[in-house]
Amino acid sequence: MTTITKDNIIDSLLSSVQPNGNSEAVQIIRDNGFPTNKHEEYKFTNITKRIENKIQAFQQAKPFYLTEEDVTNAIIKNLDADVLVFNNGQFSSELSRIGEGYSVSTIGSGESPFTIKDLYGDSYLALNNASFENGIYIQIPKNKVLDKPVLILNLVKANEGQLITPKIWIDCAENTEAVFIDQAVSQDEETYFLNGSVEIRTAANSHIHYYRVQIQNSEALEVNNLLTDIHRDSTFTSFLLSLEGDMIRNNVTLNLLDTGCEGNMYGLYLLGGKTHVDNHTNVDHTKPHCESNELYKGVLTDKSRGVFNGKIFVREDAQKTNAFQQNNNILLSDEATINTKPQLEIWADDVKCSHGCTTGQLDEEALFYLQARGIDKDQGKALLLYAFAGDVIEHVKIEAFKEYCIDLVQKKLGTNF
Amino acid sequence: MLSIKNLHASIEGTPILKGINLEVKAGEVHAIMGPNGSGKSTLASVLAGREEYEVTQGEVTFKSKDLLDLSPEDRAREGVFLAFQYPVEIPGVSSTNFLRTAVNQVREYRGQDPLDAVKFLTLIKEKMKLVEIDQKLLSRSLNEGFSGGEKKRNEIFQMAMLEPTLSILDETDSGLDIDALRIVSNGVNQLKSDDKATIVVTHYQRLLDYIIPDFVHVLYNGKIVKSGTKELALELEEKGYDWIKEEADKATV
Repeated sequence: MTTITKDNIIDSLLSSVQPNGNSEAVQIIRDNGFPTNKHEEYKFTNITKRIENKIQAFQQAKPFYLTEEDVTNAIIKNLDADVLVFNNGQFSSELSRIGEGYSVSTIGSGESPFTIKDLYGDSYLALNNASFENGIYIQIPKNKVLDKPVLILNLVKANEGQLITPKIWIDCAENTEAVFIDQAVSQDEETYFLNGSVEIRTAANSHIHYYRVQIQNSEALEVNNLLTDIHRDSTFTSFLLSLEGDMIRNNVTLNLLDTGCEGNMYGLYLLGGKTHVDNHTNVDHTKPHCESNELYKGVLTDKSRGVFNGKIFVREDAQKTNAFQQNNNILLSDEATINTKPQLEIWADDVKCSHGCTTGQLDEEALFYLQARGIDKDQGKALLLYAFAGDVIEHVKIEAFKEYCIDLVQKKLGTNF
Repeated sequence: MLSIKNLHASIEGTPILKGINLEVKAGEVHAIMGPNGSGKSTLASVLAGREEYEVTQGEVTFKSKDLLDLSPEDRAREGVFLAFQYPVEIPGVSSTNFLRTAVNQVREYRGQDPLDAVKFLTLIKEKMKLVEIDQKLLSRSLNEGFSGGEKKRNEIFQMAMLEPTLSILDETDSGLDIDALRIVSNGVNQLKSDDKATIVVTHYQRLLDYIIPDFVHVLYNGKIVKSGTKELALELEEKGYDWIKEEADKATV
């Protein structure tokens, strides 16, 4: 156990997590340091400081005692899914329910089946690479369509150590289809720092969905890196629902590496209290005839804070690109904040790109209209906010998960807001 | 049913209503007319509970309850209905979902059981006929992309669904062509009964050919300066408002 001081967070973190031999990752951390608000990419999200302040006794989380029943209780109701269980960030094959037609292997410290290039040299991704134990490598063979979604269930208990480092690689061969749902379920209300990474690589003509829901305890600190390499004629769709936590940073990177690719990124964040959620997205169009769609929406109240940064790169080669980006927000209180920044860099000359961001308040006239018809003010608010936010959830294709999300969102909008 | 006594209201410190007195009994139709800016719509809004307006003086009782003490939704549940001058478009909220929520909340307040899906649909079908509204409109988002006439018809349709005891029509006729006006008035007339009352706020006498008022009041400068029967409306149509303004201005001097 190490005490982190403000001066030497790098040494403290590295010594407390016992680097797994990935010297390259350690070097990135040494070179770049952990980001503070002086780093452009973390300008509004000083998670390093938050970690320093909130986590004093810092150690890598150990697996804790978990039963089949604990797992069953944590699974989304009515969801018929294969389940891959992580116990405090480490894969547990005994508790997992792996389906037919794909393989899951445990990856020990320091190994790496493949690496997706991270343009930003994110030190938290490097920390993940340097410190994970028992990650997994999922391989879906050619022509395999998974008939059930795969639920990646990360059960967390912070009194067994507060640094949680799940690590996942997903390799999709040609003509594959799969849906992954990623969720951390907290077993207590203690502060922890979840530093996860998911790397997904598709071969030609694959159709992959990745969903994540963040409804952890309100003390959770998180950095998640989702990196994807998408190849010819493949479609990749991500959907992130963020409802609870202390400070959360989601990085999503889509590399569209061949022609005919489609990348979709959807996100919804409904924040109250002092929750801070930062979504950084990055789509890289490198070849012609690809499309990307991005829609992030947020509703913020109390003293919550949202950050959205959407980067779109269209490289010289990527003619006939269609790239769309939209970020819409509603602020319900004077003290809630949103920082939104579209960032488009286009080198090709025959492309269609559009972006827009809006920030507004609840439409009082519409609310009065609903009240004048006998609808309770709070319910009217919820109805209007759901009308604003609900279309993001429409992009989820697993019905049971969609209903689960709708239910979570309606509950949140109906009470705290 | 409705009793307004010496009602004063202002918006952002500017007085708009300056002492309104009005008694409306069950079964009656009252028309409120007046030049632009006289406070007609303000009166309608204050009765429905719009928050921007501050009531500075006076009282309003509805069915012997202090109306001003109730939230907008409770006024609606008690049976006050405001047909909006400008119905609001609400993207993403389906008309049907909205109506079911409204109807069932009103029913709950009135101690009635909520309507199940079948009964609700039957009720919709029955009331739709009143205003000749197309069912397709109801599957769309509330008022979104509706024409002016469709919006106004939808207001009357909602009124039919909610069965209010006091309906306030705020310039429901403005912007309607004669066919739409006929349909809207027809709907209003069919909903009239001895235990219900209607306040029609209008700019144009034309509406009163279709909805026959028992009383006509002229609002000017925040006060009712003249009351009469439907003949007063005809006189206004003929002579305009200037003579009333002169009379009123003289009276205050």
